[in-house]
Amino acid sequence: MKHLRAVNKKARRIDQMISSRNDVVALQQQQQRPHVPMGCTLSFSPGWEVDSAGGTAGLCQPVERDIYDCYVTCFWPAQVPDHLNNYPDWASKCAAATKDWRKLDLVFP
Amino acid sequence: MTVAADRTYRLGELHPFEGGSRRFVYLVPAGAVFELDAAAEKLVARLELGEAAHTELVSELIAAGYTLDDASELMEELYQAHVIVTGETVKEPLANPPADFPLQSLVMNLTNQCNLSCSYCYEFGEDKVATPEGKPKFMDVDTAKASVDFLLNQSASRQSVHITFFGGETLMNFPLLKTVVAYATEKAQEQGRSIDFSLTTNATLLTPAIIEFLSDNHIGVTVSMDGPPDLHDKLRVFANGRGSYDIIEPRVRALIANHKTRPITARVTLTSGVTDVVRIYRHLKQDLGFHEVGFAPVTTSPNRLYSINTPGMNDVLEQFSLLAEEWLTFALRGEMHGFSNVSDTISEIIQGVNKSHPCGAGLGLVGVGPSGDIAPCHRFVDSDTHSLGHISTGIDRTKQDDFLTRGHINSKYDCHTCWARPLCAGGCHHEAYVRYGDTGHPNLHYCDWIREWTDTCLRIYGTISAHNPEFLDQFAERKAL
Repeated sequence: MKHLRAVNKKARRIDQMISSRNDVVALQQQQQRPHVPMGCTLSFSPGWEVDSAGGTAGLCQPVERDIYDCYVTCFWPAQVPDHLNNYPDWASKCAAATKDWRKLDLVFP
Repeated sequence: MTVAADRTYRLGELHPFEGGSRRFVYLVPAGAVFELDAAAEKLVARLELGEAAHTELVSELIAAGYTLDDASELMEELYQAHVIVTGETVKEPLANPPADFPLQSLVMNLTNQCNLSCSYCYEFGEDKVATPEGKPKFMDVDTAKASVDFLLNQSASRQSVHITFFGGETLMNFPLLKTVVAYATEKAQEQGRSIDFSLTTNATLLTPAIIEFLSDNHIGVTVSMDGPPDLHDKLRVFANGRGSYDIIEPRVRALIANHKTRPITARVTLTSGVTDVVRIYRHLKQDLGFHEVGFAPVTTSPNRLYSINTPGMNDVLEQFSLLAEEWLTFALRGEMHGFSNVSDTISEIIQGVNKSHPCGAGLGLVGVGPSGDIAPCHRFVDSDTHSLGHISTGIDRTKQDDFLTRGHINSKYDCHTCWARPLCAGGCHHEAYVRYGDTGHPNLHYCDWIREWTDTCLRIYGTISAHNPEFLDQFAERKAL
């Protein structure tokens, strides 16, 4: 570290941790961890669509941040329906998002 | 996840302080101490005024003469170390110590009898928690040996363990002490481990033979003593009210002169009217020659005549600070000063402790009473309310769990916004019980005091780390942590 000088044992541990974080070689030598995709549309958590029984009642709403994924890895308004399989036409009325964003509606399974 | 440019920064939870004309921060969630350079100091000072966006800070730093790279690097470094944080930062509660935490120390109350009648005594004074009725007055050999076995069993993973002899007046059961030292040393040797001993005494019963034994067996000695005669004799009296100073003075001198293997410490209880810390220190350190002198304000309910009121505690703090300044002057010359209160705090700052519990009571340390009852520490010995089991059946895990859950910093909500909590963790369980009737209650009556004192010790630490850092190495191993 350049601007902070660690002056007790705990601070030196933090220093080491940060230096090893920035040490590319050391990072590559670490054991491989499972890949967790970043961003909410790639994380397969309940939240926007339906639950396993096809209902929506218990699932989260924008104000109901009831699980970690609701407010950290994703946030409700950023989620989109599954328009590859179930809602292929979801965005069909929205040619230009900046202009037609109001036509992106909620889906009601 | 945010990229740097989108971040809005605020200060992490920290306590800034100065020492030796350098600037430092004490990082509260970690217990870490960092010195700031001019740029870091500038950034911290800026964020003390309120949060700011990354881009805003960059332009301010550029305006102050830093390059874009400098500014970004500075912010990234402070962000990584959590000196500055963003809104996303979530406070993590401290984890519980492991359930099978190995014992380190056992306090053996050899007897609950005492030849003095100090009215403030936490064992038998007005605020006592002990219920000794119908229990043995002296510990017997079997209970003592069982306690040694218990300590060795419950600390299997540790190379060295410790026994503290306590009372009542410890030396009223000296024959047992001798037996225990021999037995425990032999048992520890059989296992290839080491065990060491210390005792607390009022010094009235010290004889040349006892002193020789203590010295030969490397037994650390703490003498409970309150200062020169006019102060010592106020409360440290025999049953007939006569002061004990004249009796102990020659014995203490003999102890210090002839016990050569361990430092001899004085432990002073401060009470109303006995708050002249500097005079007490001078007498005990310079006139009598103790190696170290430690001070503790009396534990009492606030209405006792001898309890120290707020102006009294402020006076104590002022005198603590004077002695602390002296400690620092010594340290900068590379010399040891005998004011234990500073030395103890410095050794904790060196480690960067972040306590889940104020002390090891009920965790790495237990007290055992003459009856074989196990207590969280010596202060709770013989108390039915606080018993954690019996030496014959071991620790009652449910009771221990209750005690430790109450005492955990996570359940002391008042402490959660206090920067001194890594070192204080709410303060003594026993003090809390006497004051508030609950061992898990934070000791709110001395919060300001503790913060002032911790700040004083941090400033001393900072100054030494800047001007004589090697001096600190001597304290690194002071406490087993």
